[in-house]
Amino acid sequence: MTTPTLLPDGEPRAGGLRHGRPKYLEVRGLSVSFDGFLAVDNVNLDVVQGDLRFLIGPNGAGKTTVIDAITGLVPATGSVNHTGTEILGRKVHQVARLGVGRTFQTASVFENLSVLQNLDIAAGAGRGPLRMLRRRKTVDPAVEEALEIIGLEGATGKMAGILAHGQKQWLEIGMLLVQNSDVLLLDEPIAGMSQDERGETGELLRRIAASRITVVVEHDMDFVREYATSVTVLAAGKVLSEGSVAQVQADKKVQDVYLGSSGVEAAGA
Amino acid sequence: MMGLLRGRLGTAAGFTLGALLLLGVAPAVLPVFSLGLLGKFLCFAIVAVGIGLAWGRGGMLTLGQGVFFGLGAYIMAMHMKLADASLFGGSGVPDFMSLYGSGEVPGWWEPFRSPVVTLLAVVLIPGLVALVLGLAVFKRRVKGAYFAILSQALAAAFAVFLIGQQATTGGSNGLSGFRSFFGFDLKDPNNKVMLYLIAAVVLLLSIALARQLMHSRFGELLVAVRDQEERVRFLGYDPATIKTVTYVVAAVLAGIAGALFVPLVGIISPADVGVIPSIAFLIGVAIGGRATLLGPVLGAVSVAAAQSALSSTFPSFWVYFQGLLFILVIGFMPGGLASLPSLIGRRGKFRTAASTPALPVAPAPASPAALLKPEEEAAMPEEARR
Ligand SMILES: Nc1ncnc2c1ncn2[C@@H]1O[C@H](COP(=O)(O)OP(=O)(O)OP(=O)(O)O)[C@@H](O)[C@H]1O
Ligand SMILES: [Mg+2]
Repeated sequence: MTTPTLLPDGEPRAGGLRHGRPKYLEVRGLSVSFDGFLAVDNVNLDVVQGDLRFLIGPNGAGKTTVIDAITGLVPATGSVNHTGTEILGRKVHQVARLGVGRTFQTASVFENLSVLQNLDIAAGAGRGPLRMLRRRKTVDPAVEEALEIIGLEGATGKMAGILAHGQKQWLEIGMLLVQNSDVLLLDEPIAGMSQDERGETGELLRRIAASRITVVVEHDMDFVREYATSVTVLAAGKVLSEGSVAQVQADKKVQDVYLGSSGVEAAGA
Repeated sequence: MMGLLRGRLGTAAGFTLGALLLLGVAPAVLPVFSLGLLGKFLCFAIVAVGIGLAWGRGGMLTLGQGVFFGLGAYIMAMHMKLADASLFGGSGVPDFMSLYGSGEVPGWWEPFRSPVVTLLAVVLIPGLVALVLGLAVFKRRVKGAYFAILSQALAAAFAVFLIGQQATTGGSNGLSGFRSFFGFDLKDPNNKVMLYLIAAVVLLLSIALARQLMHSRFGELLVAVRDQEERVRFLGYDPATIKTVTYVVAAVLAGIAGALFVPLVGIISPADVGVIPSIAFLIGVAIGGRATLLGPVLGAVSVAAAQSALSSTFPSFWVYFQGLLFILVIGFMPGGLASLPSLIGRRGKFRTAASTPALPVAPAPASPAALLKPEEEAAMPEEARR
């Protein structure tokens, strides 16, 4: 049994934590324009610590761009408030240091470094110069725990480049965990995974989200139904609908957008 | 077995062996003249250690290391000229200045009369120039080919500047005719041996420094920055800082090497610091294996030795040969000669299906873009292989 430092017990629930002072992410009027094309159009989004929010929408809806904007990768207007701190307009690494972590649609780990090195780097942004210039002798306890959580404790010395696809995604999640972010933005973490891997990842997301602000971009509606505690639907850069899975599925506007696709309405009712 | 060889014991043994060869065997068996030549090669090797870090581990194609080498060299040369002028003749004005200039020492030469200032400047000036340049360039996210072109342009500009300053830097003749080095007579063979020994010790120290950096967390992070600079940002690091630090280290090593080159070789001129020498520094590193610890050192020494052996007999042939070798290595063996054993080992493994643990080796990309691409196999820090 792991000491629950990275993953305290609990379940995510709609609306997030009901006690204490939960952390939150408050997005207001977020817009991103690429040469005049509004990829993200005046988006408002509130996610509270302990909520497992899924961000869904057709291809090109702007889901990835929302994450890019929050993490400082693309310039955006509006406001993104993380528990009292404005994070929009900062550099990527500064946003990361303020506790906002993300993964990418295509797993991006350091392929020429071992699993252990990947995690150690993720855990180390706060290290001072002297520690940086010394050799890595011991394994950070958080890294050790993350290895166990993502099931890669047997592969610590393996180059990340030769991991299976699913393992790379897990490694990325592990990197997020040791990075100690309060806000997790995961872009299609189960894309390309087998059914079993999906199930395991879903359970992992559930445990992670119980104590964090979590936004997961996902297309697979079965997966969304199984694990989401709340859903935001994005289409053509705008928020179309928001609520529980049942609520957004019942939304006429959502059904219209998904008409003909294998999405909500096919699996609905 | 291999693990032991690669481990701490192996390192200590290798280092001791290197020290014995450089500090014991070479001075015992080589005549003073050859020792001086070897000393010159060792200076190139010190530059190569820095390039190995910045290019091999950091992915920065440092095509302008001649600038830093030149800064260190000219600072040392200015000091030696001033010291000679005071020691012999007493006027305090270097000979060439009376010949080509006003016969007055320019103000910016004066600080280098002091040995202490000179020694500090040899380290600090290349370091500061690299710091300013690195921050300006890397904070703006200039990278890849643009960084390479920029550093090359800088080397060209530096050489042009020196050539234009006949009266204060000796122009295209450069500075030469040194007679003393911090009070030691340069004609005395014992002092020549001492100069060689200093170069050898500095090289050993730079290798130790590079090794520490490569195996530290910083070194791991540097590889991460090289391979996926953008990803590193999302973990809360500023890659510009990491790259700048590495670039400064490489520049300081080049500056020190330049400062040692001057008393050993007896001349520094724009021809030693411009575009062509800057590329030559790189070629040795590429051939030896840019991402390894010793590859750059061995590559630099071999190329320099081959050059001095061949270029006098076939002067024009050498340039083409060097270029060809560079292209072949970059195109077909981006890991350099250092990757040869594992390349052969890989072939062997397919034949014999030996039970050695598999090393993940990606095929070498055969394209010019390989210049700016990370290598696969040679880049792995040794911990990762265990
Ligand atoms: N850098 C860019 N420059 C110009 N247009 C872009 C850029 N990035 C994204 N876009 C456009 O913005 C829109 C939103 O793209 P985005 O990648 O955010 O969609 P998405 O919802 O993540 O889609 P998917 O489900 O396919 O991943 C698309 O029309 C896309 O073509
Ligand atoms: Mg996307």
